[in-house]
Amino acid sequence: MIGLTHYLVISAALFSLGIMCVLTRKNAVSVLMGIELILNSANLNLVAFSRFTSGNLDGQVFAVFTIIVAAAEVAVALAIVLSMYRMLRSVNLDRADTLKG
Amino acid sequence: MDPKIIADLHKFYPEIVITGTFLLVIVADLVFGRLRRAVTFALTVLGLAAAFALTLPLFGAAPGTMFSDMVALDPMALFFKAFLILASLLVVLAAPGSRELSGSGLGEFYALLLGVTLGMILLASSTDLLMLFLSLEMVSVGSYIMVGYLRNDRQSNEASLKYLLFGAVSTGVMLYGITLLFGVTGSTKLIVIRHALAGAATPGENSLILLVSTLFILAGLGFKIAAVPFHFWCPDVYTGAPTPVTAFLSVAPKAAGFAILVRFFFTGLSQAGQGLTWITFASINWMPIVMVLSIVTMTFGNIAALRQENMKRLLAYSSIAHAGYILMGAVVLTSDGLQAVLVYLITYLFMNLGAFMIVIEIYNRTGSFELKDYRGFYRRSPFLSVSMSVFLLSLMGIPPLAGFFGKLYVFAAAVNRDLAWFAVIGALNSVVAVYYYARVMKTMVIDGGDETSPVHASWDSTALIWVMLIPTVGLMLFWDQVQKITSGSVGLFLGN
Repeated sequence: MIGLTHYLVISAALFSLGIMCVLTRKNAVSVLMGIELILNSANLNLVAFSRFTSGNLDGQVFAVFTIIVAAAEVAVALAIVLSMYRMLRSVNLDRADTLKG
Repeated sequence: MDPKIIADLHKFYPEIVITGTFLLVIVADLVFGRLRRAVTFALTVLGLAAAFALTLPLFGAAPGTMFSDMVALDPMALFFKAFLILASLLVVLAAPGSRELSGSGLGEFYALLLGVTLGMILLASSTDLLMLFLSLEMVSVGSYIMVGYLRNDRQSNEASLKYLLFGAVSTGVMLYGITLLFGVTGSTKLIVIRHALAGAATPGENSLILLVSTLFILAGLGFKIAAVPFHFWCPDVYTGAPTPVTAFLSVAPKAAGFAILVRFFFTGLSQAGQGLTWITFASINWMPIVMVLSIVTMTFGNIAALRQENMKRLLAYSSIAHAGYILMGAVVLTSDGLQAVLVYLITYLFMNLGAFMIVIEIYNRTGSFELKDYRGFYRRSPFLSVSMSVFLLSLMGIPPLAGFFGKLYVFAAAVNRDLAWFAVIGALNSVVAVYYYARVMKTMVIDGGDETSPVHASWDSTALIWVMLIPTVGLMLFWDQVQKITSGSVGLFLGN
């Protein structure tokens, strides 16, 4: 029988992979993929908690909103990455180094 | 449809007016050809002024929640509504005079600013984690675009990218924390969460998961207020963004971040104690965590500001330090402390925006943000130098300027809660801060520069600087009113 714990373990693994991806990747698009993993691990948590513990649909509604917000955020993110690519001909984050101190 | 939702709509006029203005500005930007600069500006100013005017009659309303407990209507929410709309209005007034923004159309800038303002006032009054997340994202996504507004400027693009990546990761982490809190308490409503935590079967139940969840949520809120260690974006973004946007980010979204931080921790994770104090739950004692955050934030901000050569960067670190002081007011968990937060934010609004206005005006005239180009500025423009000195003295906390009262209230709140050592750390930090603010004043007034040609500030920025200068200097004359407004605004709706 698959219970709450299984979902939580998968979600925690997804979250950790997302954080690892964000921290280690140099490519801006890969970092955005890592962020998507983090958001989706939260979605999985929300739906699992909604199904197994809270007894209401709050979590599932929340997950739908999260999906929408993630899409909006990625749209803006890709526009900004594209704008960086036009300027530097690269999406490597190491090239974004003019601001420091 | 629930009739209460319709009945509540008249308490929602400020938000509705801002939404309407937002749409009108977008259309006006497309329709009016040559006139669009003036028309979009006038529309934005009128819309924000109308929203501000519509907020004022709500102040007498009974505290409560609207729209299925999604947003609160209580004195604290109304205070922040008025405060945030005023801050946006001041930034809108400063935008047309900025040389950085003059190359691009301003219609989209105003539209984005209105969108972010709407997000901020919803954020400041959210009582549900879903609303908190949605409005936080609304503020963040709008700010990412505003920071990258100068499409052909490499620094602006880079700042926007950094802001976006840090922002998206911290809101993602916060969302994960929210899901854990939802899992433990079974609800996304802050009031229900408090009841669930208060009704725990054994004290200290689920304390590990609550600790993880609080730390994760703190990552998202700490990102908004630029608290160390979630501040990495702050200096870079403040430097790369167009200066009016920097001025906006350093005041408005930060204040909204404090509003939601206070609301989240006070209505969700603590309960009313003896008298006008709050106490934390046995299962999640967040007070020491936020206290450490406050100390680290102010100390780091002040020390890092010491060696800055770029004015925008210096003010960025200074704003990090101020976030530390403001957190101090929130973490003592008393009504006095909450009032101190509000007083500090009022004074911070005028002195910090004022300092940025002068940075904008000096850039318009000299094309530089570097401190070395401020040398001998007193001989070139006595007005700009003297008013800059007034704002910096106020940021230092020198009496009788406004900034002194903010610090006084915060430190007094800490002392009243028997946390004198905490106030001492704050006071020591203010001493460190004197050095870098005084250094700017010395550069402007005492040092001799090669350039001696006089600089004349334009009439509109002169007028705006006066608008900031008068409250910074004269706020103490109206202290009765400030005291009355802030002490009347500490009320949070805690459920029936």
